[in-house]
Amino acid sequence: MRDKPCVEPGTQGRIPDAARRARGPCAVIECFEEIPCDPCHDACRRGAIRPFDDINHLPEVDFDRCNGCGACISVCPGLAIFVVDETWKDDLAVVRLPYEFLPLPSPGDTVAGLDRSGRECCAATVVRVEKAKRQDRTAVVWIEVPKPLSMEVRHIRVGGSAIGSREG
Amino acid sequence: MRTTEICVIGAGPAGLCAAIAARDMGARVTCVDSGDRPGGQLVKQTHKFFGSRAEFAGKRGIDIAGMLADRIRDDPMVEFMLDSTVIGFYDDGAIGIEHNDALTFLRGERIVCATGASERMLAFPGNDLPGVYGAGAVQTLMNVYGVRPGKAVLMVGAGNIGLIVSYQLLQAGVEVVAVVEAMPQVGGYDVHARKIQRVGVPILTSHTVKAVHGTRVVEGATVVALGSDFRPIPATEEYFHVDTVCLAVGLTPLADLLWQAGCKMAYVPELGGHVALRGEDYETSRRGIYVAGDLAGIEEASSAMIEGTIAGLSAAQSLGHEAPDFEERLATARAELAALRSGPKGQKVRLGIERLMRLGREVGVVA
Repeated sequence: MRDKPCVEPGTQGRIPDAARRARGPCAVIECFEEIPCDPCHDACRRGAIRPFDDINHLPEVDFDRCNGCGACISVCPGLAIFVVDETWKDDLAVVRLPYEFLPLPSPGDTVAGLDRSGRECCAATVVRVEKAKRQDRTAVVWIEVPKPLSMEVRHIRVGGSAIGSREG
Repeated sequence: MRTTEICVIGAGPAGLCAAIAARDMGARVTCVDSGDRPGGQLVKQTHKFFGSRAEFAGKRGIDIAGMLADRIRDDPMVEFMLDSTVIGFYDDGAIGIEHNDALTFLRGERIVCATGASERMLAFPGNDLPGVYGAGAVQTLMNVYGVRPGKAVLMVGAGNIGLIVSYQLLQAGVEVVAVVEAMPQVGGYDVHARKIQRVGVPILTSHTVKAVHGTRVVEGATVVALGSDFRPIPATEEYFHVDTVCLAVGLTPLADLLWQAGCKMAYVPELGGHVALRGEDYETSRRGIYVAGDLAGIEEASSAMIEGTIAGLSAAQSLGHEAPDFEERLATARAELAALRSGPKGQKVRLGIERLMRLGREVGVVA
C-alpha cells in the first residue's frame, strides 16, 4: 500500500479555515502526530502559538493573533509550517515554505509547484527568498500560485535537481 | 598507569553530557573516543533536532556537537583522548586504549560507558555487493567527507534514520527512488516522512528488498510486497534501477565492553537488544560502571543527552563530589526525560524500560 500524505480535515488550531485565510496571511501548521517538540511556541513573538502543557501535545494556533509573519517557519525542525496569503492578488495566493535545497531560487524565477506527494501541480513565480542568519540555513521561499492551489502546493522544484524519474 | 576520577567512554551526545555534568560537580574527567573529533553521531546530523530547548531543539546536530564540546574543551579538569579506541576492560578495573598503534591503560574510579549502537544488517541475496551501505556509512560519506555514495538509492527502512538519511541524500542531489518499509506503517516521525514525500519519494510500506543485483557492483534491486504475515506476496516483485542500497533497519546497543566487564545484561527488544540492567541513576550491576545513551537502550539523541547528564551527576556524587544544585538538576533531568518519553512515540521505550527495571528488581540491581 502506498502512503498518500494528506491534510486531515477538521484539525482546528493548526489549519486555518477559508474565512480566516480570506482575511490575510496566516500560518498553516501541518503537524498531526504527537512527538516531543515545542520550539514553534518560543518562535512566535505574538503569543499566537499557545504554550505547551505537555511537550508531546500538538501546536495550537490562535488564528486571531497570528498575522502570518512567518517567524515560525524556519524554526520548526519538522519543516511542517507554511504561511498562506490568499489576499495577495485577485487570483494569486502566496505560499511561503521552508526550503533546504541548493541552488536556492531567485525572485522572478519560475519553479514547479509540488503538492504533498511531490506531484507537479502548477508553475509558480518566486517572489522573495528569506535567508537571514537566525533561520540557520533553512531558507523561506515565497511563491505565487493560483489561489485554488494555496492549500495544495507545499514544495518547489528548481531546475531539474532533487527529483529524478521513477522506474518500476 | 594513568588514572582519572570519571572515565567517559564515547564522546557522543550521552558521553559529552556525562562529562559536562561530572565536571560541573567538580570531578576530574577523561573522555575517550575513537573519532577524530568529539560529537559521535552528532557530527553527521545536519537536520534540526526535535525536543525541548534544554536539549537544543531547533538546532542542528552538527552544531550541537560543537556547543557541547565547547563547554569542556579547554577545561583543565577535562581531558579528551581522541582517535583512541577502547579495546578491552580488565579485571583490575583498567581499560585498554589503542592510540596510534600503541596500547595504553587508564583506570577510572568510575566509568560512564556511552558507546552508542551499531547498525543491524539484513539478509538478502546480493547484500555483500559494493553499493550496499548502512545508513550511518552513507551519512559519514556525505555529511562528514562530502562524498556522494551513489546516483540513485533505494532506502530500506522508514524509521527516523531511513527518513532523515533519505532527505539528506536528496539535499546532496542524489535520487532516492523509493523507501521500503516491512511494517504496514511508517515507523519514524510523520513530519520526516512528509519532507521526502513532497519531494516525490514514494514510501512503500509492507514492502521489503528481495534481492540486490549486479555483477561487480550494485546495478539494481528487486522489491516485493509483504502480506500481513510478513511473507512475500508472489508476483508483486518490482525492479528498481539503482546503484546504491541503503539499509536503515535498526540499531542495537554496542555492549561488548559491558559483557566483558561482567555487567548483568538482559535482552529487551523494545530497547534494541541486549542492554545492561541498571538503576535509576544508570549504574549497572557492576558497581562504578554507568551507562547512558543508545547503549542503555536505543532512543533519540535528546534522551541520550539527558541520560548522560544523570549518569555523570550520579557518578560524580558517588565519589563524594557535591554541588548546591545537584538535587535540582537531577530532578529536572528526570522530569525532562519522562516528558520526552511520555508521548505515543515513546511507548515502545517506556515498555522496554519497565521490563528492564522489573528484571533488575528480580536480580537485585534495582532496589
